[in-house]
Amino acid sequence: MNASNFYGLTVSTNRFINRGGSGLGNKKEILRGAEIFVRALKEEGVKFVFGYPGGSVLHIYDELFKQHDFEHILVRHEQGATHAADGYARATGKPGVVLVTSGPGATNCVTGIATAYMDSIPLVVFTGQVHTYLIGNDAFQEVDSIGITRPCVKHNFLVKDVRNLAGTIKKAFYVATSGRPGPVVVDIPKDITADSCEYDYPKSVEMRSYKPVSKGHPGQIKRALNMILSAKKPMIYTGGGVILGEASGELTEFVRLLGYPITSTLMGLGAYPATDKQFLGMLGMHGTYEANMAMHHCDVLIAIGARFDDRVTGDLEKFCPDASIIHIDIDPSSISKNVPVDIPIVGDVKFVLKELIALLNEGRQIPDKQVFEPWLKQIREWASIDCLKYNRSSDVIKPQYVIEKLYELTGGEAYITSDVGQHQMWAAQYYKFDKPRRWINSGGLGTMGFGLPAAAGVKLAFPDQTVACITGEASLVMCIQELSTCKQYGLPIKIILLNNRYMGMVRQWQEMFYSGRYSHSYMEALPDFVKLAESFGHTGMRIEKSGDVESALKEALSMKNELVMMDFVTDQTENVYPMIASGKGHHEMHLSPERELA
Amino acid sequence: MRHILSLLLENEAGALSRVSGLFSARGFNIESLTVAPTEDPTVSRMTLVTSGSDEIIEQITKHLNKLIDVIKLVDLNDNRHIERELMLIKVSAKKEDREQIKQLVDIFRGRIIDVSENTFTVEMTGTGDKLDAFIGALDKTLILEVVRSGISGILRGDKALHM
Repeated sequence: MNASNFYGLTVSTNRFINRGGSGLGNKKEILRGAEIFVRALKEEGVKFVFGYPGGSVLHIYDELFKQHDFEHILVRHEQGATHAADGYARATGKPGVVLVTSGPGATNCVTGIATAYMDSIPLVVFTGQVHTYLIGNDAFQEVDSIGITRPCVKHNFLVKDVRNLAGTIKKAFYVATSGRPGPVVVDIPKDITADSCEYDYPKSVEMRSYKPVSKGHPGQIKRALNMILSAKKPMIYTGGGVILGEASGELTEFVRLLGYPITSTLMGLGAYPATDKQFLGMLGMHGTYEANMAMHHCDVLIAIGARFDDRVTGDLEKFCPDASIIHIDIDPSSISKNVPVDIPIVGDVKFVLKELIALLNEGRQIPDKQVFEPWLKQIREWASIDCLKYNRSSDVIKPQYVIEKLYELTGGEAYITSDVGQHQMWAAQYYKFDKPRRWINSGGLGTMGFGLPAAAGVKLAFPDQTVACITGEASLVMCIQELSTCKQYGLPIKIILLNNRYMGMVRQWQEMFYSGRYSHSYMEALPDFVKLAESFGHTGMRIEKSGDVESALKEALSMKNELVMMDFVTDQTENVYPMIASGKGHHEMHLSPERELA
Repeated sequence: MRHILSLLLENEAGALSRVSGLFSARGFNIESLTVAPTEDPTVSRMTLVTSGSDEIIEQITKHLNKLIDVIKLVDLNDNRHIERELMLIKVSAKKEDREQIKQLVDIFRGRIIDVSENTFTVEMTGTGDKLDAFIGALDKTLILEVVRSGISGILRGDKALHM
């Protein structure tokens, strides 16, 4: 047994174990758990670990001190660690790695884990745990991390024997990144990190209870193709699965071959180029008029890597009333969950799209443009109302204008993270993403505070790229402490703060549905964001007039080595339009108070 | 409709809570749930009785299959199957009631497995319906304690759910 003091600091008695095998033909190294941990992460090709030390992970931190294979990024709050790892994962496609201590270290991660779970982001989160012999004793900084995280992880593991540590880490990375990705928690008691065993990192992993599918059913694919080719009013609706499945290239090829119109969910933006003429913009609650109308009136709907979320479908009773639906998804439980599907294809989106393209090319079966030209004409009419029009000549800064200018000045090439609320919707509407993994936001869980730490994770992955966090003053302060992390590691992100002194989306709903009773949505006692940035060692700017927006953005973007907090004082009453109120269908959009539809 | 789902799952700590947690998180019903290790100590067999529309049952089976610990799953309702439940029931058995209770137990092919001055303890197996019927046939005031195992089920004929 290890001696342990009040803080859970221990002195391992096996520290001086004889290394290098017993001399009986056993050439395997004997390593302590903490050393195994570090080796395993190296084997997995981990570049960054986002973490925060504490009693139960001190053996591991001691090993981190001695190694140079990967970098540990010290965050200022464990929630920040999960969001930063998440941002890194979304931008790179590689798993994000987190290391925190037991108890509060683990509970502080829960929001970030749930955020990743809802958007199917691969994370491997290592939580320290009290000694195995103390588990269940209400020990200092003990919490049932496995129990607390179980509903919001793809899977979790408690390591109870050091001999299982390497194998468990291998499994954790495999489960997190394969099939429909998701976060995996590995809970490691402190004594496991002190115990020793032979080190043997598995080359591959085979789990009898976990065999993710890849290929779609060939018969279903053929049936789907026939339905696709028979469409007179086709519509393609894609989601985050296309990005997670690295199928952007295949999607673009497939959609161009067909010539059909395409829309995307919030999570799928960038999978198909937003500037392409076939792209109708985002759909759903704050989607474009043309995308939602085309959804409502289509006769064949091709859903790819999307999950028919309630913010996307509107009222299910009114959803796509005339459409036969094809749904391609890797997760069988996504199929017919909310909307009954005519032709389901369970499989990896990339593989299924490749098959569909091959069949199209093989049979030289390209849809007859004459057949669906009237449909495209109808869509062009819907688009001609220009549903994203706003007052561009306003003196007061319009939030949409800031995003349009940012888009122009970055050539659409920046990595954009966001928080949650009005600014998030405006970013999705006005920043046109032509490439996947550039748009990084918490779509499913809607986690305020995500944007800043996520931007830090992205900037670490792509130090030479422009990374901007579009946020609001309410969201930003939820993880504001990560400005300190950005200073420590020199992460010159640009914070585009659309400051309307309200929780904008809450205020918008209160205006529309609660007769203007703005209950607790007004942000009083805000900090001076310029001084706040400066106090963390960054640069701050306040921009109060429309005419100054462009020059300020240019200046900030030119400051390559500075984190710039740009406090844009925006129109307090601006709302996000168009909008489908809850309980309404795609065809019942509300354009704006000034522009009602017949 | 009532469905009996049979599962093979990893005999790991927490596997049961993953299954029960799934049902509570997604608002699915559980009528009964039994679990025990199989001939392979690394594998547990679970029988779960649930109810819902075809769509709900489809979602339940998909979500169960998605759990990493679940190795195999069969909806016994899709196949010819046998179901059994074990009940232990303690009844008040005063002198004047003893003969009548004994007869009733015999009719239901139960066994009296413990006797005290004032009680019988009865063991009975059968479908849930049969056990319900036995309880229904007893005078309610005589029932002291009912312990039911929940349904266990198995496929008929040559078909078997194994690794």
